[in-house]
Amino acid sequence: MITVVDYRAGNLASVQKALRHLGYESQVTDNPEVVRRSPRIILPGVGHFSSTQRIADLGVNDAIREVVARGVPFLGICVGMQWLYEGSTEAPDVTGLGTFAGMVERFPDDPAHKVPHVGWNQLTRVPGTESRLLRDIPDGSFVYYTHSYRGPVVPGVVATTNYAGDFAAVVERDNVFGVQFHPEKSGETGLKMLRNFCEVNA
Amino acid sequence: MLTKRIIACLDVTNGRVVKGVQFVDLVDAGDPAALARRHAESGADEVVLLDITATSDARPILIDVVRRTAREIFVPFAVGGGVRSLADAAALFDAGADKITINSAAVKDPSLITQIAERFGSQAVVLAIDAKRKIDADQYDSIARGSEVYVAGGRRATGRNVHDWAREVEDRGAGEIMLTSMDRDGTRAGFDCPLTSAVAQLVNIPVIASGGAGNGQHFVDVFKEGHADAALAASIFHFGIHDVRELKAQLQREGIPMRLPC
Repeated sequence: MITVVDYRAGNLASVQKALRHLGYESQVTDNPEVVRRSPRIILPGVGHFSSTQRIADLGVNDAIREVVARGVPFLGICVGMQWLYEGSTEAPDVTGLGTFAGMVERFPDDPAHKVPHVGWNQLTRVPGTESRLLRDIPDGSFVYYTHSYRGPVVPGVVATTNYAGDFAAVVERDNVFGVQFHPEKSGETGLKMLRNFCEVNA
Repeated sequence: MLTKRIIACLDVTNGRVVKGVQFVDLVDAGDPAALARRHAESGADEVVLLDITATSDARPILIDVVRRTAREIFVPFAVGGGVRSLADAAALFDAGADKITINSAAVKDPSLITQIAERFGSQAVVLAIDAKRKIDADQYDSIARGSEVYVAGGRRATGRNVHDWAREVEDRGAGEIMLTSMDRDGTRAGFDCPLTSAVAQLVNIPVIASGGAGNGQHFVDVFKEGHADAALAASIFHFGIHDVRELKAQLQREGIPMRLPC
């Protein structure tokens, strides 16, 4: 059973649909007690970083901290991945989990690069890093992005994407995983990554 | 590198695909779900389903068709036609759409763009602009100012010019613009590259070009000269190009970044 955390940041249907397609049952919850009992957790999300304030308001952030410390596999998607950093300049008053160092920032103003970054772009593996999430995913694979803010390339980043500079595409530390793109919308590559996450040993 | 997108479009009426590809080996060639899946498998970067008579029939879009289609594909899926309210949009997202496209309802009540964007994010709002050049288009300082916005499936002029409307929808929170040239739609004479280019340089959000594709070169042109971020393909597959993958291979040979292999 995969727990999908609902903090009213967009659309959970497509994540659940992808999990069902892969043969995994999922449940949607905003209840911290359900999160505490979950063997595997996905935090999706699109839109504004300020929506992650609701994770704290619901009491779910403490529950996530506890289960992550116990080794429960956790995957943040898009804004859910950004929340794994210390915070975001999009909503400076809202703190993230801080698993990865640094602040998420807006893409620079640059006439050659429209913001938001929308479409299919490529993953580049960070040399010398290991990734369970990217098992059997070739370097250069395409994934689907739609976002205006991006995480810096810091320790824990295992793949980057280039758009007005390199940014964090995939972060991974022990049982904590995050992807800036949408694996549920990234065709076979994305489905393979979701399967990898679902098969990671706790 | 960020690639240019080829978006496969299915025009649907009464739950059946009326324009788009009719693959001979599909048992039910008019089934949107089967066709969407085929397009995604053959390399479409996105699929859009347009219920082309929902607005004119004044009925809601067919949720069941959206739900069945969404179940089949794992690339971005946009749905449009007959979205009139936040509740209509919410029902489509719940059925599995990733984005909704709106046109008539946004012209009637532009605050709808902001409402949907605030609830579901700008990335989920594609503003469809049906544009037609005015008779005296060349009297204007830009082609976008010299083109008029139409609604109700191209049946009604609004008096708004494309330049101002494109700026306004971006300000109100639209995440992308799907720009259809009514002058070119159905002609197979190529996209309206000057108009596409004018709008693409006017706004900072992606512009999807639509209307007029007749061959692969037309796509090369709309990416190189029209500065489009994405282009819509529907009936082109009837006319010599076998599928999306073949089209993308041709574009890549012309130096346009494409998601390949896919």
